Amino acid sequence: MGRQGLPTNGEDKEDFMPTIELRRVTNFICQDVNLKIFDGEAMAIWGPTGAGKTTLLNTTAGLIGYQGEVFFDDKAMEGIPSSRRGVGFLFQNLALFPHLDVASNVGYGLRVRKERANGRVDELLRLMKVEHLKHRYPKNLSGGEKQRVALARTLATSPNILLLDEPFNSLDNQTCRHLIFELRHIQRRLGITMILVTHNPVEAKDLADRVAIMDKGRIKGVMPSGSFFSSKDIHSHINDSYHDLAQPGSRGQR
Amino acid sequence: MSRFKGAQSILPIIGVVVIWEVVARLDLVPAYMFPPFSMVMVKMYHLMASGVLEDNFVASLARVLAGFALGSAAGISMGILMGCKETMNRSLHPIFSLLYPIPVLGWAPLLMIWVGINDLLPVMLIFICSFFPLLYNTITGIKGIDRDVIQAARVLGASDKTILTTVILPLAVPNIFTGLRLEAGMAWRVVIAAEMVAIPTGIGALLMRSESLLQVDVIIVCLIVLSLMCLLFERMFRYGETRLTYKWRG
Repeated sequence: MGRQGLPTNGEDKEDFMPTIELRRVTNFICQDVNLKIFDGEAMAIWGPTGAGKTTLLNTTAGLIGYQGEVFFDDKAMEGIPSSRRGVGFLFQNLALFPHLDVASNVGYGLRVRKERANGRVDELLRLMKVEHLKHRYPKNLSGGEKQRVALARTLATSPNILLLDEPFNSLDNQTCRHLIFELRHIQRRLGITMILVTHNPVEAKDLADRVAIMDKGRIKGVMPSGSFFSSKDIHSHINDSYHDLAQPGSRGQR
Repeated sequence: MSRFKGAQSILPIIGVVVIWEVVARLDLVPAYMFPPFSMVMVKMYHLMASGVLEDNFVASLARVLAGFALGSAAGISMGILMGCKETMNRSLHPIFSLLYPIPVLGWAPLLMIWVGINDLLPVMLIFICSFFPLLYNTITGIKGIDRDVIQAARVLGASDKTILTTVILPLAVPNIFTGLRLEAGMAWRVVIAAEMVAIPTGIGALLMRSESLLQVDVIIVCLIVLSLMCLLFERMFRYGETRLTYKWRG
């Protein structure tokens, strides 16, 4: 998967080959989703809770079924299991293996693929600055440390595509800012295509090249992250979301 | 500190033994009805020296080990199958839900007819007694695993078999061991009941013979052996569980 450059103005340009393309993807939450993410690009899916962002991410990873088409580098992903899609997935609750220490967690993907783990694990632990935690178990890690270990584990198998589900949800502001900066740096350095799901507009703006706004299972618009806050869409969507949540019988009221 | 804790647990036992010895020596009740502790210990020595206790104990132990090992293995295997495969769970759950509430000894008359009055009877009863709790504990352990942890293993490239051996089973270990720990004691209770009812050898049979001969000291020896075996089995599984999980559970 060679890096081919990004569209600069945030529009889908036909000159560029998308790494990920979703065509008319529909399932129990997603409604006719069309989306292109380019090679090496970081795309944020932003929207209120319950918009279908996580479902869209799981669909892309092949963890849940769908109608429509998902292409990675023009190759249809239908019938290809998540383990062979070349994706790294960072789960919202991080999903670290509680019975394995940090080194074994990070090396898990390499071991099950029968690849040499030792050097790669050490390299990733250094990259994520958690070398000193190598022999600790997840229960003895702080939220930020768990986040770093989970990210190291996700990167261990050298995925072409990184899927992040609300990665900084449970972190304090300072740790969150720090990790956003580091993640952005790593993503650019490794040239990984990334989809980030978040309900935090600041996270979406800071981490992504472009932002797709999602609501009620549909993509409402895609824009460059630079113009995300100045977009009328975001304000109308934020207002709509809060308005919906304020209605009696809505999710927020239950 | 640990010496103090050890003393704390042993002192009440010593206290009970001393009270028992003193009360029995007051001759308020005839010695054959309530023998002193020292007399019980002498009887235990005689039973051991003559080989009576050993023969009966080994007979009971063999039945417990066979029934418990087979029942646990079957329960854990079926639990894994039902915990991992929802279709199996949906198909078999109604059947097991009907069978589980039947008291274990309720099966005894039926098994007496089907397998006869022989060594297989207590083994089968212990099998049934161990099977269901291990089945449900294993299912609960597997169902309690965070689905995202399993999905994470899948995305990282693990096959179903690898996920089972490297994620599901290790994380279900605490529940499985809880089942083993509780049911090991139950297996001893069931074997004694079966031997008392139908089998001529074993600790249960020795108990029944002693009752008919009014040998209270022998009865107490048998009860002490039973208590120690239940305790030993329980501690053994607790130790196994701790060894396997203390690093990540604390």
